[in-house]
Amino acid sequence: MDNIGLIGMVSIIVSGFTIAIGSVGPALGEGRAAAQAMTAIAQQPDEANTITRTLFISLAMIESTAIYCFVVAMILIFVNPFWNFVTG
Amino acid sequence: MQITPDEIIYWQYGPVIINATIVFTWGLIVFMVGGSFLITRKIKKTTKPSRWQMMLETIVDVIRQQITEISNQPSATFLPFIGTLFLFIVVSNILLVVPGFQPPTGSLSTTAALALCVFFAVPIFGISQQGLGSYLKQYLKPTPFMLPFNIIGEVSRTMALAVRLFGNVMSGTLIIAILISLIPLVFPIVMQVLGLLTGVIQAYIFAILALVYISSGMREKQENNNQERG
Repeated sequence: MDNIGLIGMVSIIVSGFTIAIGSVGPALGEGRAAAQAMTAIAQQPDEANTITRTLFISLAMIESTAIYCFVVAMILIFVNPFWNFVTG
Repeated sequence: MQITPDEIIYWQYGPVIINATIVFTWGLIVFMVGGSFLITRKIKKTTKPSRWQMMLETIVDVIRQQITEISNQPSATFLPFIGTLFLFIVVSNILLVVPGFQPPTGSLSTTAALALCVFFAVPIFGISQQGLGSYLKQYLKPTPFMLPFNIIGEVSRTMALAVRLFGNVMSGTLIIAILISLIPLVFPIVMQVLGLLTGVIQAYIFAILALVYISSGMREKQENNNQERG
């Protein structure tokens, strides 16, 4: 197999693994955070506003790790820096 | 398939490039400034406030309320900076539903520029509040050994801020683009509604995180009467 085919194959496989493995951790974390927030709201319905706001912020911060993985996967597929070594 | 609006180039002369990001950013600025100017043009004390004026006042009021709640400080210090960040990002993300509009926040250059503004705003606000020496001392806390980690944290949170917003907006537009080529009938609309939700939440989070970073850089003097935050 020549270099172009090799780079393409490795990039696609690795980007699949990146998004697959990278989304497991944040998913577990987000589920846990949401469950805790539900419990907290059920115990203290008066504080629902503050809890929801904090929940949204923390969800977005947890999610950002998954987003990094997504960005890396997109870079590998669409703007792969290694193409330049073989095609340029 | 292009993943950022940077790749749509309208006009080029040597190194000077006018791409979709620049065009839509300026369009957004003209839209927002022009809209606010048209609304606030004929304000008098005697006239009954118009509906549009009520809308603007509500928006500013909500932002001000959130700032006071989160930073525990008077909102007037932060309102110009945080409010501008929030309004720019939220309008850019909401206009995603307009056909043909490329949200400028879907480009890494825009989000990196916004994050750099936050990066430089932290020392500016901090030093103006508590003086140079006291601000720099914050890097040596809790022990001087933490100095490199504090600096790394400062840089990496700026990068995280930029990549988070870019990733969210970019994934929204990309999913819609992929779905239009696969199932063009109803599903893209559902994803666009989801994109509206994440767009507003991301704008909120960007503004809140900027506020938390800035107010934690200013915290020194209020530490006695505030509990730990952020």
